[in-house]
Order: sequence, then C-alpha cells, then structure tokens
Amino acid sequence: MSDLLLPPEHRYAKIIESRRNEDGSELSILNLGPTHPATHGIFQNILLMDGERILDAEPTVGYIHRAFEKIAENRAFYQINVLTDRMNYCSSPINNMAWWMTVEKLLKIEVPKRAQYLRVIVMELARIADHIICNSILGVDTGAYTGFLYVFQFREKIYEIYEEICGARLTTNMGRIGGFERDWSEEAFRKLNIFLEEFPVAWKEFENLFERNRIFIDRTVNVGPITAERAMEYGFTGPNLRAAGIDYDVRKAAPYSSYDDFDFEIPVGQSGDTYDRFCVRNAEVWESLSIIRQALAKLPEGPHHADVPDYYLPPKDEVYNNMESLIYHFKIVMGEVPVPVEEIYHAVEGGNGELGFYLIADGSRTPYRLKFRRPCYIYYQAYPEMIKGAMLSDAIVILSSLNVIAGELDA
Amino acid sequence: MAIETVHIQEKVTGQFGAHVRCFEMQRDIFSFEADASVIHEVIRFLKEDEELNFHFLTDLAGVHYPDNDDDHQFAVVYQLHNWVENTRIRVRTYLNQDPEVATITDLFLCANWMEREAYDFYGINFQGHPQLKRILNMDEMVSFPMRKEFPMEDSGRTDKDDRFFGRTPANC
Amino acid sequence: MENNTPKMVAPPEGVTGEGFFATKLSDVVGLARANSLWPLPFATSCCGIEFMATMASHYDLARFGSERVSFSPRQADMLLVMGTISKKMAPILRQVYEQMSEPRWVIAVGACASSGGVFDTYSVLQGIDKVIPVDVYVPGCPPRPEQIVQGVMQLQDLVKNESVRRRNSPEYKELLASYNL
Repeated sequence: MSDLLLPPEHRYAKIIESRRNEDGSELSILNLGPTHPATHGIFQNILLMDGERILDAEPTVGYIHRAFEKIAENRAFYQINVLTDRMNYCSSPINNMAWWMTVEKLLKIEVPKRAQYLRVIVMELARIADHIICNSILGVDTGAYTGFLYVFQFREKIYEIYEEICGARLTTNMGRIGGFERDWSEEAFRKLNIFLEEFPVAWKEFENLFERNRIFIDRTVNVGPITAERAMEYGFTGPNLRAAGIDYDVRKAAPYSSYDDFDFEIPVGQSGDTYDRFCVRNAEVWESLSIIRQALAKLPEGPHHADVPDYYLPPKDEVYNNMESLIYHFKIVMGEVPVPVEEIYHAVEGGNGELGFYLIADGSRTPYRLKFRRPCYIYYQAYPEMIKGAMLSDAIVILSSLNVIAGELDA
Repeated sequence: MAIETVHIQEKVTGQFGAHVRCFEMQRDIFSFEADASVIHEVIRFLKEDEELNFHFLTDLAGVHYPDNDDDHQFAVVYQLHNWVENTRIRVRTYLNQDPEVATITDLFLCANWMEREAYDFYGINFQGHPQLKRILNMDEMVSFPMRKEFPMEDSGRTDKDDRFFGRTPANC
Repeated sequence: MENNTPKMVAPPEGVTGEGFFATKLSDVVGLARANSLWPLPFATSCCGIEFMATMASHYDLARFGSERVSFSPRQADMLLVMGTISKKMAPILRQVYEQMSEPRWVIAVGACASSGGVFDTYSVLQGIDKVIPVDVYVPGCPPRPEQIVQGVMQLQDLVKNESVRRRNSPEYKELLASYNL
C-alpha cells in the first residue's frame, strides 16, 4: 500500500522520525481541524510544519457531505431546486437559475426576454452578495473587523430584495421552469434602486479601507500565488483563475440568459496571489453593478414566464375554476410530463467559477443521473500546493481568499 | 463551433480506428465513446494535438447502468473544453461489473479528486491513481453509495416511520 | 421618540433593607448566567451565514450578552450548532461537547441540526440529539435572525430558572448516561 493511502498523520510521523533539523528541532504535525474559527466551513487540513512554516498539507473533506447527487436521483425536476440553493449558499439565486436553465435546455423551452433580464439582475445581485462575504471575511481574517460590519449591512439590503421577489432571505428557491413564479413588485424595484444608489458609496469606502492599506498589502501581496498554467491544470475557474491572468468567463464564452446584450468587462489579475484575488472580486462587484443598471434600463415588458403549461404550474384560482388547469396541475405534480431521453451539460458563471450541471434524463420525472460540477471542489485540490512554504497565518488568509464554501465543496 | 465536428471525428478515428465509435452531437456538445483500454490515449491525443487542444478538463463523472448488459454496467464520462476555440467535447467509456480504467491524473491534475469521488461513489478503480481512497464519505464505509441498489435513506434511522412516506418493502 | 427613559428590569424576589438585598442564590446566579451566555458557534453550513447576519450590526446578538464569541469549548457556555451535521462530523461534535465545562447548554439552530432537515440520506445525522443532549431547538431553513435571537432568549429563560444544584442531580447524570457521556 503506498504511503499516500495512509492517514496523513501516519505518513507525516514517518517523515518526522527520519528527519531532524540541524539545530536539533523536529518537525511537527498540526491539525487545522474541522472546527476552526478561521476556516469558513468545515474542512480539515493536517499540516506538516517546520516551526511556523508549512512543509506539506493534506486536506480532508466530506464533513458536510449531504449526498445531493443521490437525493437528486429521487426528486422531480422542480424539487431539485431546493437542493441547488444549499450548494453555494452565499449566492443561491445563481444556483437556482443555473438549474432552471439546465432544465429548460433539456425541455427546449424558450424563456421570454423579460424573465431573462430579471434573471440576470438577480444573478448579478447574488454575485455581489457572494463577493461581499468573501472580501469582508478576508478582511476579518487579517484583523480588520470594521469592513465586515459596514458591508454586511448591504447584504441585509440584498436579502430584503430577495424577500420581495421570492419570500426567503438566504436559501431562495427562486424561479420556476420557464421564468419566475410572480412578476417583481414595485417594492422590489424601489428597493433595488435604493440599493444601487447607496451601495456604491459603501463599497468605495470598503475598497479605500483595504486596497492601499499597508498592513493589508503586507498580509496579502505574494501570499499564495499560483501561475496561470498551474491554475489551468488544477481546473480553476472564476475569480481565482482570473486573478492568475486568464480571462475565461462563462458569461462571455457561452452567453446564457441574454448576457450578450450587456456590455461588461472581465477584470483580470497578474500574479494570482491573495491581493489579486481580492482586487478581482472588488472589480467584479463594480461590473455587476453596471450590468444591473443596464438590465434595469433596458428591461422589456412582457410575460415573466414562458408559456409552457406542461411544466409551469397554473395559478391557483385557475386550478380551482378551470378544468384544463386542474389537469395540468395534476400532471405536473404527479410527473406525467413529457421529458426527453437526453444528456445535457449546462454551465453558468457562479460566484466561484464554472458551475455546471451534467444531467442524464431518462424520460421519467426524476433525473437518471445528475452531476454537479462544483468549482470549489475542483480548485481546492490546489490548496496544499499554494500553502507550501507559507506561514500558518498565511495559510488561513489563502483559504479565505479562495472563497471555499463547504456546502459546495462536499455536496 | 470553431473546430468542425467532422474534422474531430476524422482525426480521432484516424488515430484510434475501431476503438472509438458512436460519434454524435448530443445537443450542443459533440460526443463519442471509446474503449476502456484506449481511453487514456484518447484523452492524451485530445489534449496534446495542436489542432484539437482540449486543454481543460471540465468534469469527470461516473454513471451506473444496472439495466445494461454486463460490459456496459458503469460508465465514466469525461468532458473537455478548448478555451481558445471555445469547443466542448464529451468522451465516455463503458466498464463492466468490476470497473477498472486507467487514471488521467498524469494528464490533468484536477482529475485527482474527481476520480476519487467516482471511486467513492461507484467503486470504479482508477489504475495508477496516486491516492485512491475515499474522499467524501466516511473512511470506514464499505459500500458504494451512488450505485443504484444502495438506498438513499439511512436504513438504521428510528425516528421516521416509512409508512407515512408511502414506502413499502415493495416500492422502496 | 416618546419615552427615552430606559426600562429597568425588576430585580428578583427578595428582601430589601438598609444597604442590603437578600435573595435566593439560584436567582442571582441564574441572572448572571443568563445575561452573559458566551456562544460557541459550530457553524457548518447555511445557518452559519444567518448566524453571521445575527452577529452583525443589524440584529446584533451581542445585546443579549453574547458579546464574546468563544471558539474554545472550555470558555463557552452555549454550543450553537448551526447547519447539517453529517455522520463524519458527529464524533467531532461530541468531542467538542465533551470538552465544554459545566454549566453548558446546546441550541440546535436550523432544521438540519434539529432533525436532519431536507437531507434524509445515509450520510447525514438525523438530528444532533442523537449524540448530544439539546436544550432549545430553533426550526427554520435557515431560521431568520429574529428566530435565532428568540431561541437564545428562550435559553436565557431556561438558564434563569435553573436550579444551582441541577448539574449534580441524579436526573442530570441519568440524562448524560443515556448519551453515554
């Protein structure tokens, strides 16, 4: 049995026995355990340390494995939306919309323009919310608690907008096959406009607190760099890849939901270190605000959902009064809807990168196989390489800047 | 589609002949099937050929088909992406009841954990993998939970009465 | 603002005199404990984000005495388990609970911690009360910050009215024994 199959503590114990430093000191094993105040989510890393420097690391994941893929094989298409919320729970509308787009691709449904623009608005709002958490918590990890308190207030404002749209704050379960369950109210648009006025001021203040701050720069520049080639080998996508210099963004490569109607740039970093990741996320928030403004300005009138009675639940008063609607309601809930036997892969640009759904449908109301291509799971493999040679406090900062969300990692 | 699918088909069949088959457009992704014995070389060819240049491994998934014949019980599906030409491709390989296939961690570093996940869920043995052990489930687990015969719910749970969920020994 | 005078909380029942106030020890101890509950946030998933919102300035759990969040079990009073606990994580949760020093209380925040939630699967523990004793359950998926605050307030009621001798009583020992603690 190769050494790598042993538990990491045993493997490192062997290395420690065989090696002794010149000054008589020994290497040590540190368990950056699953319950650690600074790791956001439960992952464990067993570290082999030489004093304060990290020589090797082995991550252990799966502490929140909830078997999403197994559950998805037993749930109807409209029930899986609830699961997708809980993957990257900091930006759940993106996951929701990604799932609906996958199902619409399978069922060949064309979504009306108004619904597409509304989807773009809510996805960009979710991206802002995700980057708010990532960057402010990165600040907290370097010791700056104030930034977190300032911008988290705006996450509350985003929650209020979500509540107007769908009723929930965090795990939104938003949308339906073909669009939205109800058109957005006047209150939602009013709150959105207030947000668009107040948030840029606060975000500028947040940026000013950090981007030229001597302490922050010392803590984050050249910490955890990764080259572009290495990042591509490790399957990086999203802001972490763009910080390394490659401008791959699913919104530009394979535009979905009318993203090609909008004019936006892809911010790119240079060295792929923590500071670049921070700055790329900051810049992406500005781009998202610009996209929301463009979408609001060009928002067309029209239906908020596609005309697909086979898959979209009819309104309740029609169900009680109209025979046809009653029959459609029954068929949708019991799953007697036509579903083709095909394989679909659809990807969107999630908060952390390319979030993909590989769906094998077999004609029944549940998928035969649903694989979530989770960006966090794939790029977290590079973490041991990124922290080799760094100090322990740098390892924490690198983990925060990667924005690893445990729910998405383990799924 | 920047690289013509006919062109991809010609190059791949030119290199591998009878070991590849079933070239088709599955919606917007070109897909084909390869034998398990040559899958590593197929992926290497797709990655290293200058024209094809599928340099990014998007996803690696395992699938279980208990209703198929014995040689097609498991499948491993690889999805590759060429960012320069913006083309995707899907390659699948079928495995028998004792699933074993060569690893592609020497070609793509990100395949490491993806293959561990496929091993954890389906028991697919990736030969040559540096660290093939369970990743998401508990280390002590002996069965492979994503196989179709494995139940979703925990069989030992005491607080939920299956009768209220409509589950009987017949349909569960 | 109509009335700016702060509302004074009534003191516990007791006998007042010239320069002294005599009351039951358990009342004073209960009052002190209830208003200074230091939480140990055991945040695993989505409920953890709602906890972050509760600790942030809008809902501010620190008003209720939870000013200092303690990640060390020895220095924490209440264990807030927020999020799904899988079977892989259950031994760790138990270890953290065992390391906490008496008196200790547990709040199960969210549907997943209370009973497994949406995830009725082979890998998820169907409720943390399978491994540790729980005092307050806060349902929700995720519960709103107001609900989490209400859970803490209910715990404060429990703490205020708890007898000083409870932790040494045979019933408590029997409770711990039923969990093999």
